[in-house]
Amino acid sequence: MFSSSSLPIQPLCIRIIQPSNLIKRMSVTLQCPGYPEDTLRSLAERLPCRETQLATLLALMGQPDQYSYPSVFIYGHRATGKSHVVLSIMKDLELPHASVDCVECVSSGLLFHQVLSAFFGPDAAALLPRCPSLSDFVRLYKQMSSNSPATQTRYIILDRAERMRDMDFSLLPALLRLQELVNDNVTVILLSEIVWEKFRPNTGCFEPLLFHFPDYSKAELVQILSWDHHPSYTPELYASYINILLGVFFSVCRDLRELRHLAVLNFSKFCEPLEKGEAKESDIHKLWKNIEPHLQRAMQTVYLREVSSVQWEQQQMDEKEATTLRVLSAHAHIELPYYSKFLLIAAYLASFNPARTDRRFFLKSHGKIRKTNFLKKHEKTSNHLLGPKPFPLDRLMAIFYSVVDSRVAPTASVFSQISSLVTLQLLSQVGHDDQLDSPKYKCSVSLDFILAISRCVCVCVRLLDLLALSLVIQSQVVRQERSLFTAVSNLHLL
Amino acid sequence: MGNCSNEHRGTSFSASAASLSNPLICSSINTFFFLDKYIFSQKSCDGKNIGTYSTASLLALSIIDLCETFYCHLGVNVPDHAMTFRSLCNLLQDSVTPFVVSVHAKECAGVYFCISTLTIRIIGLLQKSTQVFPQRTESLTNSDFPQSLPVVVIFKDFEAFNSQVLQDFILICSRYTQELPFIFIFGIATSPSAIQHRLPHSVSSLLCIEVFHSLSCTQHLASVFDKLILNSQFPFKLSSRVIQVLVGIFLYHDFSVQNFVKGLQFSMLEHFKSQPLSMLCCQKQEALLSAKTLSKKNVERIRHLPSFMRYVETQEPQEQVRLLTNDEHVKEVCQKLLKNLHKYHKNYYPILQCLHSLTSSLPKFPLGKHIRELHVSCIEKNLWETEEYDSALQLLRILAKDELVAALRKCAEILKSTKILQNVLQQLEDFIGRLEALEEDSSGNGIISGKMEYQKTDLFQLQKTLLEKESRRTKRMNPFEVLRSQVIEFIDSLVREYLTPAELQPLNEVCYYSSSGVLRQRLNVTPRTSIQAALSHPFYYLQNESLKTDAGTISSAAPDLCIVYKLHLECGRLINLYDWLEAFLTVMSAAEDQDTNSEDARFIQAVSEMEFLGFIKSTKQKTDHVARLTWGGC
Repeated sequence: MFSSSSLPIQPLCIRIIQPSNLIKRMSVTLQCPGYPEDTLRSLAERLPCRETQLATLLALMGQPDQYSYPSVFIYGHRATGKSHVVLSIMKDLELPHASVDCVECVSSGLLFHQVLSAFFGPDAAALLPRCPSLSDFVRLYKQMSSNSPATQTRYIILDRAERMRDMDFSLLPALLRLQELVNDNVTVILLSEIVWEKFRPNTGCFEPLLFHFPDYSKAELVQILSWDHHPSYTPELYASYINILLGVFFSVCRDLRELRHLAVLNFSKFCEPLEKGEAKESDIHKLWKNIEPHLQRAMQTVYLREVSSVQWEQQQMDEKEATTLRVLSAHAHIELPYYSKFLLIAAYLASFNPARTDRRFFLKSHGKIRKTNFLKKHEKTSNHLLGPKPFPLDRLMAIFYSVVDSRVAPTASVFSQISSLVTLQLLSQVGHDDQLDSPKYKCSVSLDFILAISRCVCVCVRLLDLLALSLVIQSQVVRQERSLFTAVSNLHLL
Repeated sequence: MGNCSNEHRGTSFSASAASLSNPLICSSINTFFFLDKYIFSQKSCDGKNIGTYSTASLLALSIIDLCETFYCHLGVNVPDHAMTFRSLCNLLQDSVTPFVVSVHAKECAGVYFCISTLTIRIIGLLQKSTQVFPQRTESLTNSDFPQSLPVVVIFKDFEAFNSQVLQDFILICSRYTQELPFIFIFGIATSPSAIQHRLPHSVSSLLCIEVFHSLSCTQHLASVFDKLILNSQFPFKLSSRVIQVLVGIFLYHDFSVQNFVKGLQFSMLEHFKSQPLSMLCCQKQEALLSAKTLSKKNVERIRHLPSFMRYVETQEPQEQVRLLTNDEHVKEVCQKLLKNLHKYHKNYYPILQCLHSLTSSLPKFPLGKHIRELHVSCIEKNLWETEEYDSALQLLRILAKDELVAALRKCAEILKSTKILQNVLQQLEDFIGRLEALEEDSSGNGIISGKMEYQKTDLFQLQKTLLEKESRRTKRMNPFEVLRSQVIEFIDSLVREYLTPAELQPLNEVCYYSSSGVLRQRLNVTPRTSIQAALSHPFYYLQNESLKTDAGTISSAAPDLCIVYKLHLECGRLINLYDWLEAFLTVMSAAEDQDTNSEDARFIQAVSEMEFLGFIKSTKQKTDHVARLTWGGC
């Protein structure tokens, strides 16, 4: 037995283990002493394309009764099998472990509670005080482990460890050297999607062992996706289907989950000619011809997950001749009462026009404004690039009254519409100091949205003119901006 | 006697209105019917064959831990949502799973609150109040929770939720879907793309999403209109102005069908309260019975009704005298008129529907897109005198044969379903038969087949020949055109006979509620205007003679607050408190018998009341100044 502080820390802290270098032949090396062999084999079968990682992890863990490294940090992109691999090892080898998702831990007490109840049963966890501190946890752990010392290494698996950073600042450094603190054979495994550099607290801490899970390659994706083939079709057919699918989607999406979803979604369409008897399983080219346009269409919508599989299938049935997607058209459409639309337009105008131009835009007989220095220099840069600006309620109402054709009484329902627009997050309230007397708002909808609304509201040309005028004055480069906007929003979607 | 029965009838009517408004709720529920069925089928699938390949979402459930999710895309009418969700909740509880929990954004400020609310409600549903509730759903599964039943969580106002809370909640739930299947229902008021704005892809990919659209609120309104207003079974009617007010509130302000029905109920109560003769507003037999036993007072009231007076004027002098003197005769006439009124209503609605079905397909909708617009213009004035009606008829006159036949068929079906106006129906069918039997007569097509003579013409002659041709063409019509014009004339005669404005019917005041001003005042309130009216004209509310003042003057008899308010109207954006006080003192000094000591205190109190009402606020811009918050300062 040795204390973990005596471990040579220095060389380990930067070394990132490259599994491929360590282990060349996974099937041969997957023989770890201390673990049953057939379990290991079935484990390796259940984790395709992660054999190297599996072997490395097992090597790191050592034999069950040996002390393991105090903390391991595993990172890699989403859906690279981090939690799956770790949890499968734990479950199949029946190792004592506590798996905690940090999202659940709104307080550190919940984390302690889960760890203690996993290791020592719920009775031990019940001993925790109402708002347990870290020292409470360590004390209780020590007490319990002295009663039942670890015969095997205990593992604490913290999924989505990036949430730990928002919790108590001392929690992460303490957990990293928990082995030392409680003097027990315990290892903390942190799982995260981001790199260790973003975790390191500025006071310094014990450096965990870093371990990277690389993305799946295309061949590996094919191998994994071919796993869930349909019982009534041959695996070869499914594999060729997966190949076609990846040919379309691999360039835009490498997320295994998403690909799997897409594969399931479109398989019935792929099999349609087979069921109708129009093609045989060997006619891959014919099948490809059939499915390709559907996959292209799927690329536009399903990535957004706004229709379910069932609805998607139905849509595919319906849309033999229709080219436009119904769901896409639902995007722009939004039902608002008449005055709400005007309020929104007024809010948009107030948010994107400087207040000093109001007189010019909304007054019928505005004074003459000298053209040369009408707008200050900083105002000439388009407001659309700068984002919406807050405006007071009075200004909104003033613009609203000048925009609406008819006379509108300032009824309670007009004001309640503003607050309902805020709840719908079409407007957002800013500032916290003076909410009652002079609330300020921002308009948080896009130009396209406003244009769509004003098109369906305005029979009056004046308002459209007004919109156009204010836009032209603000932004000389509306078109460039628009393309910029679409580019940005596309990025968001990805 | 009258009053008592009125009240009684009023309540019965409001009850019937409420029950009649239920079909509306049903129609919204119909949208959820699919959802219900869907969940059900999912459930049965879950039980039988987990792990097979039958549906995508199942696979997802077994391998990629998905939560089933439904978006219910609803309009923005917030008051209606509560009702919709309540009925959805009941529906699901009855048919799918008892564990239906709905949460509000207000209750979910953080993940902790969200989960604890959910847990408490589920435990409440489990009716294990004695159990100390666990903080996490995981512990729930350990208890004897029925395994196969999913937990349905309804997020009533999706947009109002904090997106971080929602993300965390979904992540947590997705961890436990293996043991405890979750179904989320998001109520979205804007558009389905809101989901992408709130949830990142990592979270939304955990969901298996199904989108449901509820009916648009205008469709809801149309169904309510059909059930409650365009219905001869329902004796209470609204005048055109009242309908316009109610529809205006609906379309311009809230899109809420519930508020519309409430407005309807309110106007009904108002009608029964304000109009004593509304005791006659009930089903035909009852009305006739109560008309027989009219009290003397009520007979006198009937004589004073404008519509009845108009009726009397049209009668012969002898009859007039009898009507004005003989009570019994008035009662008899009244029964006759009531019968007529009921008959008018019975005939009115089918013909209105016919006319609507004829005109609703015309380009540009000269008589309105919706039947309510047509209804409003019919009961308001003589429809056939309007320009819109003329243009509609003109458009009907150029309909092609098949279109005309189809439109007439529709009308015939409407009349068939109502089983009245059989003679009209017969005539219509006769027209249809004749139209169909019409041979395509090419010779009578009106094309002039005379030989064309090419000769030099001057302008005058050309004009003359063209005019001649024109007149010749109008003279000669083919049989179809003749028949068509007959049909149109027939329709016109129907409109003139049956769609007479309700306001011209004698005794219409009994059934029609017409005080739109009251309704507007009650339903579309303007708190700001009334506060300002109260402050500037205290007499309006206090009704104290001493407060009557001319415009522009400030009387010292008014309450302090009013004086201070009037004085502050004269100031700019920033008000000097000292000047204000001086002005106040000047006004006060006009009244002699005042103790001068307390005036400062009264002023300060009035100013703080002004601040409380939101007219001014303290400012740091200038010392001893307050800032105005209302307009007029700039």
